[in-house]
Amino acid sequence: MNLIDWLVLVGTMVGIAAYGTWRTRHTDKLNTYLKGNASTGWATIGISVMATQASTITYLSLPGQAYENGIAFIQNYFGLPLALILVAAVFLPIYRKLGVYTAYEYLGKRFDQKTRLLGAGLFLLQRGIQAGITIYAPSIILATVLGWRLDLTIIFTGLLAIVYTVTGGSAAVNLTQKWQMAVIFGGMLTAFAILLYKLPPDATHIAGALGKLEAVDYTPDLQRRYTIWSGLLGGFFLSLSYFGTDQSQVQRYIGGAALREGRLGLMFNAVLKIPMQFVIVMLGALLFVFYQFQPSTPVIFNQSQWQRQVNGPQGEVFRELETRHATAHVAKQEKIRAWVAARDSGDDLAEAAARSEMLAAQEESNRIRQEARTALQTADPAAKKTRDSDYVFITFILTQLPHGVIGLLIAVMFASALSSKAGELNALGTTSTIDLWRHFRPLVEHDEARNVRNAKRFTAVWGIFAIAFALFVSFAENLIEALNIVASIFYPALLGVFIVAFFIKYVRGTAVFWAAILTQLAVIGIYVFGKIYPEHEIGYLWLNPIGCALCVLFSVVLQAALGDKSRASAS
Amino acid sequence: MTSPHETQPASASRDHDGEPPGVPGLRTWRGVYVFVFSCFVATVIALTIFSRVFA
Repeated sequence: MNLIDWLVLVGTMVGIAAYGTWRTRHTDKLNTYLKGNASTGWATIGISVMATQASTITYLSLPGQAYENGIAFIQNYFGLPLALILVAAVFLPIYRKLGVYTAYEYLGKRFDQKTRLLGAGLFLLQRGIQAGITIYAPSIILATVLGWRLDLTIIFTGLLAIVYTVTGGSAAVNLTQKWQMAVIFGGMLTAFAILLYKLPPDATHIAGALGKLEAVDYTPDLQRRYTIWSGLLGGFFLSLSYFGTDQSQVQRYIGGAALREGRLGLMFNAVLKIPMQFVIVMLGALLFVFYQFQPSTPVIFNQSQWQRQVNGPQGEVFRELETRHATAHVAKQEKIRAWVAARDSGDDLAEAAARSEMLAAQEESNRIRQEARTALQTADPAAKKTRDSDYVFITFILTQLPHGVIGLLIAVMFASALSSKAGELNALGTTSTIDLWRHFRPLVEHDEARNVRNAKRFTAVWGIFAIAFALFVSFAENLIEALNIVASIFYPALLGVFIVAFFIKYVRGTAVFWAAILTQLAVIGIYVFGKIYPEHEIGYLWLNPIGCALCVLFSVVLQAALGDKSRASAS
Repeated sequence: MTSPHETQPASASRDHDGEPPGVPGLRTWRGVYVFVFSCFVATVIALTIFSRVFA
């Protein structure tokens, strides 16, 4: 990065944060602080919902994921539009009708205080840890590639988000997210355009022939991670949990001038999310084609860790892997060119033969890359913390884009980290204030100034917790993956509680409370069983519909068992 | 849905479930949802065709 890149990066990041802080510095009304300006329109809400969901991982890791495994991941989003329709039609009107600040406040009104505290507790536990990961995940990659200090990167990103989120609350989050999304869209489209310019004319056909463009898989196999069925059913329940019950999203759309604004904001996402994700995964698939024609495609993209080994005591082993990969890469290039020529000739038999030779060359190249990854992780356990595919897009940015655009793309990574982190901190501060502090201090409910002060304090405390957590996890291996699994384990019970709340009105608090706890144990049991007996392991998306269905079933059965006793205690 | 604890909030008076969406060509919310669902189906069909063409 040169001076121009630094100016673009610091100018956009600090500029947006300072603008958000300055514009919302006089926010002293609780409603504005927690829900944003009352005049917020649907476009701001829609962008805010999108910005909170898409963290740096979306822009940094997803192209790498498509580079390695193709664009099938897009099926994970197939349930999202359907879930958003349900949230807009059912969840949102009820939240607005009751005038709640948090989704868990609704559980308190519908059931009882213990169910509200259970919901809020699950959210705080899960999202508090996730807020740490939101900073840690991009920081470790950017720090590694750019040679920055990891701890300073984490602290700078975290503090910047804390400053404007604490100052202006939801109003600041909504305002800054608009500008951050402008930077993100501008940067990603610029990178995509430059990549298209650099690609050979048959790029899309080459990507397809090498198996990178299978977007929809209709195979009815529970053990396949990405199919249309897991995407529709699992993705639907996962999206319903996230958009309907996770306060970091609920807070984005319950404000606004009227019910119409929130609904249209959600529909904006329902229409645009899949096309947007398609552009990102296509970027990854086309990066794959781009690197097939580069003379010096690295065997490992995380070059800073790789070069340490090449120049270390076991350097000979690593240099030999590099040589083998370079030979295989040249052979593969020839096979790809041969396939293109056979395809253009219109000879089907020659095309089929050339295709199988090309795929064999691809397999050989993959085998060497896998060997190199294993060797690197054995020599340097720190390499296990990230996947090599996470370094694909950032390598392209730093080596292929002109100065100025590099700064813009690094700004994209930080803008996405800040926008999702701010949304999370805002929700954590709100839930702590409304569902915990005010629950235990009910007499202060009408002291608006004190409520705002406390919301600010809680937001700051969660921000500092997130920074501390991000600094701590740098000592642990594979924690990110472990925590993602934990998050997917906790959502189904919470969604089940909300489904019962909305649709089964005779079930009361005690029944649903114990049903949620039983469900939680059952989901953990299913997950552990799959780990002990891998032949019976199911894709993690399936835990969502299974867990939700179990929670509804347990609630109905327990309500029937408890009968009038539970109803009497509820009333 | 009813709840023994429901209260009447300040924002309720501003919201009307029957309020038209104000989207050109779509007069009801049901129409908006059908439109969004149709977009989704069209997207999945387009992606399926895309997969078949380039496989």
